[in-house]
Amino acid sequence: MYPSLTNTKADKKPGLGEDSIINKPFFNTPTKHILAINDLFEGLISWRLWGLLGWQDIKQRYRRSLLGPFWLTLSMAVMVGTLSLLYGTLFGLDLDDYLPFLCLGFIAWGLISGIVTDGCVAFIGSESFIRQISLPFSVYIYRLIWRNLIIFGHNIVVFIIVALIFNIWPSWTGLMLLPGLVVICATGGWVSILLGMICARFRDVPQIVASFIQVAFFLTPIIWKPELLVDRIGFVQFNPFFHFVELIRAPLLGNSPNTISWLITLGITLVGWLITFIIFRRFRSRIAYWI
Amino acid sequence: MAHIYLEDVAVDFPLYSGASRSLKTSLLHLGSGGRIGRNLSNRICVQALHNISLELNNGDRVGIVGPNGAGKTTLLRVLSGVYEPSSGKISRSGKIAALFDVALGMDTEATGYENITMRGMLLGLSRSEINSKIDEISEFTELGDYLKIPVRTYSSGMLLRLAFAVCTSVEPEILLMDEWIGVGDAKFLEKAKSRLDDFVSRSQILALASHSNDLIRQVCNKAVLIDKGGIVAYGEVTEVLSIYEKTL
Repeated sequence: MYPSLTNTKADKKPGLGEDSIINKPFFNTPTKHILAINDLFEGLISWRLWGLLGWQDIKQRYRRSLLGPFWLTLSMAVMVGTLSLLYGTLFGLDLDDYLPFLCLGFIAWGLISGIVTDGCVAFIGSESFIRQISLPFSVYIYRLIWRNLIIFGHNIVVFIIVALIFNIWPSWTGLMLLPGLVVICATGGWVSILLGMICARFRDVPQIVASFIQVAFFLTPIIWKPELLVDRIGFVQFNPFFHFVELIRAPLLGNSPNTISWLITLGITLVGWLITFIIFRRFRSRIAYWI
Repeated sequence: MAHIYLEDVAVDFPLYSGASRSLKTSLLHLGSGGRIGRNLSNRICVQALHNISLELNNGDRVGIVGPNGAGKTTLLRVLSGVYEPSSGKISRSGKIAALFDVALGMDTEATGYENITMRGMLLGLSRSEINSKIDEISEFTELGDYLKIPVRTYSSGMLLRLAFAVCTSVEPEILLMDEWIGVGDAKFLEKAKSRLDDFVSRSQILALASHSNDLIRQVCNKAVLIDKGGIVAYGEVTEVLSIYEKTL
């Protein structure tokens, strides 16, 4: 097909002479270990980029609407208002106590489930970026966590209103919310990397996760109080979602989260990152091929 | 000193068929006692590139030619770091700008200015760099007050102008292009051409995939001909293009 092939240098590794730099020792590619750490770190320091992308996601959704992202706040308020009336009446609960509990439960669950479900499409949904431009993969992860934190920020306004109405003052304990959020985001980081990779490779997993999250919502004490299960408290204690919800809910209600909650959530964060890092190190370079 | 070295690079795309892509099949294979290794290796791989060794150094302006499906775009994506080679080595140094899709990351509901910021950041500019370039960019686009309204209202030519202006405002050491960026408008063409020439001359390495041999002759000082994922010829532009043209 190419008649003058022998006249060219094609069969002699074109461009590589005897003294080629490639033959010299400094042509060594960094190890997978370093590449994976670099990815996570370089993603983190390009915070301006994922900050902007995260905001853009929110703005895009509410562009040209009058309330903009405060639709998030409003729909959360409507949901909390109606459901607390419904379930408060059904369970015969005192609204002073139940409504703030339900409100915070919903807000915390919104953050957690949002990160998990977005995590599934972290890489699939960024296909156009991943195939066109070489950014650290972690940028897409930071972007989705940031986006969910912005949503959380809009939702928390509902609680502030509830707190004013019901005269709740969490005092200094409320500040324990901040380390709680850090732990949730740190866990969210490995969960989204892991789910993002698995979902890119196996396209059934997003559906599995979506239905799992729906079931988990009802199994976790959000619309019902854990005290209802006094005789089967293990059911609550073995549910990791309960402990993550507690990290947000307890401090804002003025109680600091249980030591058990801290231990379990921190444990999950550390173990999860260890496992995810090993998998991320192994398969990071394949993500672009999977999507 | 910018450089890109490839040594024996190969890129294989595993083709996960609808069936093998799902977890179900992997699990079913486990259940039926079949060896996963064997089942998984049954999947078809498309070998997009093989045995690619290239050395790009300062001053190289490499045109990538070859028929459709030869692997030109894949090669550019390997050079840019989008695909890490399935096997072989790659070494890269220098700030890279890959202009495969000039409109990447543009939000039609955002204003022209917002899109300049977004596109600039994706090209690796910092906020302050973007702010210092924004006047020059808006002046070049000749879009004036249009930049203050959503790009949804732009014509496709205007949008391209905006994207072109932002993309050519960066100063990369390595520039990768899949086809020359075109700017439709005839009046605008001359202005765009000089800007593009200037832009390309500032970069240290250029790799350009194109079907226009004349363009490659104009812009490049080296060419590489690839076909079926392998390098057929690499060297002087005239030499390589004459081989290519013989087969056309």
